Amino acid sequence: MLRLAWLLPALPFAGFVALALLGRRLPRATATAVGVGSVGLAFAVAVAIGAAWLAAPPAGGAYVQHLWRWFDVAGFAPDVALFVDPLALVMCGVVTGVGFLIHVYATEYMRDEPGYARFFASMNLFVGSMLTLVLADDLLLLYLGWEGVGLCSYLLIGFWYRDAANGRAARKAFVVTRVGDTAFAIALFLIVRELGTLEIDEVLVRAAAQWPAGGTLAILVAALLLAGAAGKSAQAPLQVWLPDAMAGPTPVSALIHAATMVTAGVYLIARMNVLFALAPPVMTAVMIVGAATLLLGAFSALAQRDLKRVLAYSTISQIGYMFLALGVGAWSAAVFHLMTHAFFKALLFLGAGAVLLATHHEGDVLKLGGLRRRLPVTFWTFVIGGAALAGVPLVTAGFFSKDAILWEAWSRGGPVPWAVGLLGAFLTALYVSRVILLTFFGEQKHAAEPERGLRIQLPLVALAALSIGGGWVHGGFDRFLAGDAHGGEALFEVVAAVISLAGVGVAWLAWRRGLWARPDGALQRFWRSGWGFDAVYHTLFVRPYVWFARANARDVFDRGADAIAGLARGGNRLLVASQDGRVRTYVAGLALGAVVLLAIGVIFARPEPAGAETATEVRP
Amino acid sequence: MTSVPTSHVLLLAGTLFAIGLVGLLVRRNVVFMLVSIEVMLNAAGLAFVAAGSHWGQADGQVMFIFVLAMAAAEVSVGLALVLRLHQRFRTVDADAARELGGEGVASPAYGAVAADGGDE
Repeated sequence: MLRLAWLLPALPFAGFVALALLGRRLPRATATAVGVGSVGLAFAVAVAIGAAWLAAPPAGGAYVQHLWRWFDVAGFAPDVALFVDPLALVMCGVVTGVGFLIHVYATEYMRDEPGYARFFASMNLFVGSMLTLVLADDLLLLYLGWEGVGLCSYLLIGFWYRDAANGRAARKAFVVTRVGDTAFAIALFLIVRELGTLEIDEVLVRAAAQWPAGGTLAILVAALLLAGAAGKSAQAPLQVWLPDAMAGPTPVSALIHAATMVTAGVYLIARMNVLFALAPPVMTAVMIVGAATLLLGAFSALAQRDLKRVLAYSTISQIGYMFLALGVGAWSAAVFHLMTHAFFKALLFLGAGAVLLATHHEGDVLKLGGLRRRLPVTFWTFVIGGAALAGVPLVTAGFFSKDAILWEAWSRGGPVPWAVGLLGAFLTALYVSRVILLTFFGEQKHAAEPERGLRIQLPLVALAALSIGGGWVHGGFDRFLAGDAHGGEALFEVVAAVISLAGVGVAWLAWRRGLWARPDGALQRFWRSGWGFDAVYHTLFVRPYVWFARANARDVFDRGADAIAGLARGGNRLLVASQDGRVRTYVAGLALGAVVLLAIGVIFARPEPAGAETATEVRP
Repeated sequence: MTSVPTSHVLLLAGTLFAIGLVGLLVRRNVVFMLVSIEVMLNAAGLAFVAAGSHWGQADGQVMFIFVLAMAAAEVSVGLALVLRLHQRFRTVDADAARELGGEGVASPAYGAVAADGGDE
């Protein structure tokens, strides 16, 4: 059964090829079948492989499938090979499972789009690239998937390309993540130079053998990998692209910018955790980045007015939790939170999409309200997702995963990371309750259509079930992933539960007093702008770059090119003037030319040598 | 029979050629332009005959036969073109029939460029 692993990325890629080549000619039903079916089949394969794994785990805890040798240059010969282990299996299950539900949802959400086939082609390409990323046995193949998901992110953020703002958001996402990608690429170069291979297992073994803990090289490589992960996962200071990425269609936000792609950085660090363990300062840096981003995102989410932007900042903040867990070395807790977060954040985004469908894309929470009765299924599933995000105790998945991170933060990192995580938990409960109260409770301020059909509701219900049930597997999950299980301290669970309930309570009190709808203060505006990062980057990077590009546009080479263009234009004008369509002008030209030629012949004719006359055979 | 000096004949041929050229340049009626061309052709033929006579050879007259045949062919094609021109533009004014140069009558073919946009 494990031999079927190659089907996982192959199926979505096949769907992409079919849709990209034939998409415009296929009837819509066929495009749907191909786009959704390929991901559904991949999910079935992932489930089958997972079941086979649980029934009989292979020796060594990992299964490698060599497909073919990619290339062989100067002793550097990466394989295209798939590496299946518990971590990869969890990621595959999340990507295909959540991805399948979102694809089903998208068939209804994108129903009236002219670019329907193009949308599903990009989505399939994304799922295939993401599976390549998580299954790669080799860092080079991982990098291919890494860039592939970046490309799809760009394509799908800018899906509605007729609006220039969407194109700008797509470019911003691409350029900002590129900063991290460049660091990642440099890390790969360093690894190849120092260790001679990019095969992940081999890299980890050789690094542990050759690099002393805390050595310069280990720190350098780990820091560069961290920069790459921060770019992809929207962590400070590279988080600025994610809120703007909400310009894409909502299923895209759910799949790429909440559940899967943005967690690629977490996956990368979890995968390379041996290497990071060799570099304690970088581990601290991971923790600090996570903690800072966690608070930054939470405060920003508190002040947003747009439903999807709240969720975007919430995603930034929740990935901050994962980085915090990675930073203290609790990578299985990070991956557990990654999984539950994929469930409930995809659910929240799809719920937000259902609200947008009903209200004709009115996303401002202050203009919404009272949608509880109009959209009952959306309301209940959104509340379940919100409860999981807030970490409402005992029933939700988010509580277990967040509690695991808080416990690990305390036991491995000490009181400061724990306190930051706790403050973040309070803020999370606060902002998600604010959004739910403003959107679904109170009086209805905006007209809303009734809910759409089953293809919207089934994914919502399925994800709601996962958002609740996903937490109960915690102990088994740890054993599956890391080989050991350790429950949290009961006292900590109580504290975390009280904190999150307090957040909900405070949000409710504030709502009762109408505090959320009050005009903005300076602090709120500051938070809404994402702590002013955009303005700083604009002054620091964009403006100097634009200035330099302008200054450079008129340099000497450019003048040379201009001169050539001017010459061509002048010649064109001259020749156009000569072709005026008047027969008489042409005749005059002919006559003039004949005169000139004759004149040349007469003036420059050489005197004929004596006796030339006789050569022409004159008869008397 | 007194022989005419060759230079006189060549002068006459040159004069005829100039008259034909000027006629071609100043007339706008296509029929008269064709007539002017005939005058020029005959001027050239006259020059050939004169030159043949000067050198005492038949080549000049042979050449003139060629010129005549060519002129007949040219006129038949030219007159056919004049008929078409008249049918299409309702005029035999060569300047009125011009379409080149950006300010004439646009050809109807320009409007039929197929526009196949994107998929939306």
